[in-house]
Amino acid sequence: MSNHVEVNNKTKKVFTWPNLVAKEFLAAILVTIFLLLYSYYVDAPLRELANPGEPENPAKAPWYFLGLQEALVYFDPWFAGVVLPSIIIVGLMAIPYLDINPKGNGGYNFSDRKFAVTVFVFGFTFWFVLIIIGVYMRGPFWTFFWPWEKWSFDFPTPPPLVSFPNWLGVLALLIYFGGGLMLPIKRCRSFYEKLGLIRYNITMIMFLIMMGVIIKIVLRLMFNIRYVLQTPWFNI
Amino acid sequence: MNLISDIIKKITDNEIWKSVFRHGYADTPRNRALQTISNVWLHIHPVKIPEHATKIRFTWCLGGITFFIFFFETVTGILLMFYYVPDVNRAYADMIDLMYAVPFGRFLRNSHRWAGHAMVITVCFHMLRVFLTGSYKAPRQFNWLLGVMLLVLTLLLSFTGYLLPWDQLGYWAITVGTNMGGATPFIGYQGPFAELLGVKINSDIRFALLGGTQIDAPALLRAYVWHCIAIPIIAGGLMILHFWRIRKDGGISGPL
Repeated sequence: MSNHVEVNNKTKKVFTWPNLVAKEFLAAILVTIFLLLYSYYVDAPLRELANPGEPENPAKAPWYFLGLQEALVYFDPWFAGVVLPSIIIVGLMAIPYLDINPKGNGGYNFSDRKFAVTVFVFGFTFWFVLIIIGVYMRGPFWTFFWPWEKWSFDFPTPPPLVSFPNWLGVLALLIYFGGGLMLPIKRCRSFYEKLGLIRYNITMIMFLIMMGVIIKIVLRLMFNIRYVLQTPWFNI
Repeated sequence: MNLISDIIKKITDNEIWKSVFRHGYADTPRNRALQTISNVWLHIHPVKIPEHATKIRFTWCLGGITFFIFFFETVTGILLMFYYVPDVNRAYADMIDLMYAVPFGRFLRNSHRWAGHAMVITVCFHMLRVFLTGSYKAPRQFNWLLGVMLLVLTLLLSFTGYLLPWDQLGYWAITVGTNMGGATPFIGYQGPFAELLGVKINSDIRFALLGGTQIDAPALLRAYVWHCIAIPIIAGGLMILHFWRIRKDGGISGPL
């Protein structure tokens, strides 16, 4: 296949036909073959007729939402099911407007954008880790089982949960978010100055919320903390 | 060889053929350009692209594969619509028919289901690829935003399809999912501040999604209409924008 390469000032350009189109068609064919073979050998699940009187135990959302269902263990539904996914979606949409570092545009590049890549890959992985736990390690009553363990209803009663007293909760949140926002300004001034006040605050608050979710998970798993803050309207 | 070229000449050298295919297949730069611009399906591409963009290890074909699976889902979905009626008294029986009575029905349903899962995976990894190549950076910020919307629509497409078999798996999965909607602040009946707006179980966001206070016939019909008509139209519109913006924002990203 001759390529009819044309040398531009900067980028070398090639004809779309066949250089790109051939690969696209090949990809389409391979995907089709894979899907058809998989569908031939593996049946899609179909359980008994829907019965509103007989709940599944565990009742699991579709796998891609199991990260959120897993978050339900650690947060109330208004946060785990609604506010957290909304923050994730808005946060994703905001990325191009927050990350104004011009380097690394149009190529795989870690060294020029360590913070951005690390945070995104970490969050992406975390999302799938929660999904894997939800799919493979949650049994009846959402109890944790290792994948090789047999599900049973004979598990020990979970220890009682305790909550922070509100003064401690307010203090903890103030220290976490206040300190989290102030520390980089003090210790890493250039990071703050590059982003500017508004971008910096949005970026850091998003980042602190993501890390806060993980901290809350650790608090629950290690210290049986139920809520950090309780109000008459909502609990965190 | 003479015979074959004679036959080819007979087939192609006439008014009917030439009215359909405007140019030949000779390997010339002019023809290669025409292949792209005179073909309605291919003219989404520029005639020439940067060489790095043809490298599989740059894009991994993930966006194209996601679009292709959407197309695959449209075809298999239309075929499934011939056999499936979104009525609580029939839906499950139709599924059983598909699995045991309809020729290739099981294969058809399997491929629709697995391709749906595959699309969720490929769209996620497409996002990862675009992030890692920094392709959302100026001037492509808005196209990333459109992409996030398409990611959400992909999840919603899959989610609405989950209820349609009307089996225990789908019923309780959608129960879990929509109960979360009931916890939405202000507009969910169990959410914080619901009393401020006076939102009740029969007037909140969950009620609007389900068309009732629990998952029943209206919820099945709504899931069906969202799944087969509304979301595909919205997603299709956004895809047009998404692809158009790739061209308008300077083509595929690349080293500056």
